[in-house]
Amino acid sequence: MEAAAAAVLPSGSSQELHVLAVDDSYVDRKVIEKLLKISSCKVTAVESGARALQFLGLDGEKGSLGFDGLKVNLIMTDYSMPGMTGYELLKKIKRSSAFREIPVVIMSSENILTRIDSCLEEGAEEFLVKPVKLSDVRRLMKDCVLRGETEGNAGRRFDKRKFEDDNHNHTPSLSSSSSSTPSPPSSPSTTAPFEGDVATSELVSSSPPYSSKRAKLHGHD
Amino acid sequence: MERNPLRRQLQIMRKSLFDQGYLDEQFVQLEELQDDSNPNFVEEVVTLYYRDSARLILNIEQALERKPYNFHKLDAYMHQFKGSSSSIGAKKVKAESTLFREYCKSGNGEGCMRCFQQLKKEYATLRKKLEAYFQVARQAGPMETACRPK
Repeated sequence: MEAAAAAVLPSGSSQELHVLAVDDSYVDRKVIEKLLKISSCKVTAVESGARALQFLGLDGEKGSLGFDGLKVNLIMTDYSMPGMTGYELLKKIKRSSAFREIPVVIMSSENILTRIDSCLEEGAEEFLVKPVKLSDVRRLMKDCVLRGETEGNAGRRFDKRKFEDDNHNHTPSLSSSSSSTPSPPSSPSTTAPFEGDVATSELVSSSPPYSSKRAKLHGHD
Repeated sequence: MERNPLRRQLQIMRKSLFDQGYLDEQFVQLEELQDDSNPNFVEEVVTLYYRDSARLILNIEQALERKPYNFHKLDAYMHQFKGSSSSIGAKKVKAESTLFREYCKSGNGEGCMRCFQQLKKEYATLRKKLEAYFQVARQAGPMETACRPK
């Protein structure tokens, strides 16, 4: 259960997912770091959008791999931050040729539909309502990163919105992403995660937390 | 029910914190992140919260000394404070934060002031209770988070 992130990666690569977490709250950084570590991710936690860009090398100083050469597989950023907001950071990332493919997840304590829509429009993978739970992170690991690493942005974004509304489970899209996987050399091994996905579909079919948040949103009018 | 008296005491304290509404589900989330490699994780986060939020409390206090109130600034500080409080599952503190923000939005200075006094009380009470709780927890040694407050 804890090795979620490691399990869904093609077995050819023994790398853990590297997540860049951005939040101005010290407490929230500590919590998100732990949530991610428990889900078998490498974490770099920074306190601002500016620092995040610096780490990625988007401030023009370093190369595109960040300080220690670790590729970033996912960016999770708080929305409300002083200076650069998470939304502004998202835009900068999606407008950079080097990093636009990295899935970006926005976290916010405020459940504002227009905010969520603008983030998704700008290419955010997901919008998580804070406080973030372990189940949110686990779902991200299976849902967002695997698809983010294998499909193009636009198609995936529309698929995501569609299946949220339909409230379907995730297994069908996981299947489709594995068949379109271009990069991992060990394509037969991508079937391995699906054996473990019996557990996934059980998880998903029992009231996915994100859909319930989404439902709460819609009822918020 | 725990046989070990310390653990039983801990269980009772914990249940009471939930039953009396001091803590919510998010605290349980933190407990789920605690493991052998990090057996004091919850206490560390709570300690960090109190240390970090002290700064915000002070900022709000100072802002409430300047009239006319800058509601925008007050709201911004409280937004941050509420976020952290929410992250540790501080239910009553979070409720007061929400109320404070309502008063800010409606430009009710009196309301802000009153609410802030209440918030500080809840904040201090929670701290005392959690300090006592963690003290027993440390004495009791590692414990499974047995009964969830449902």
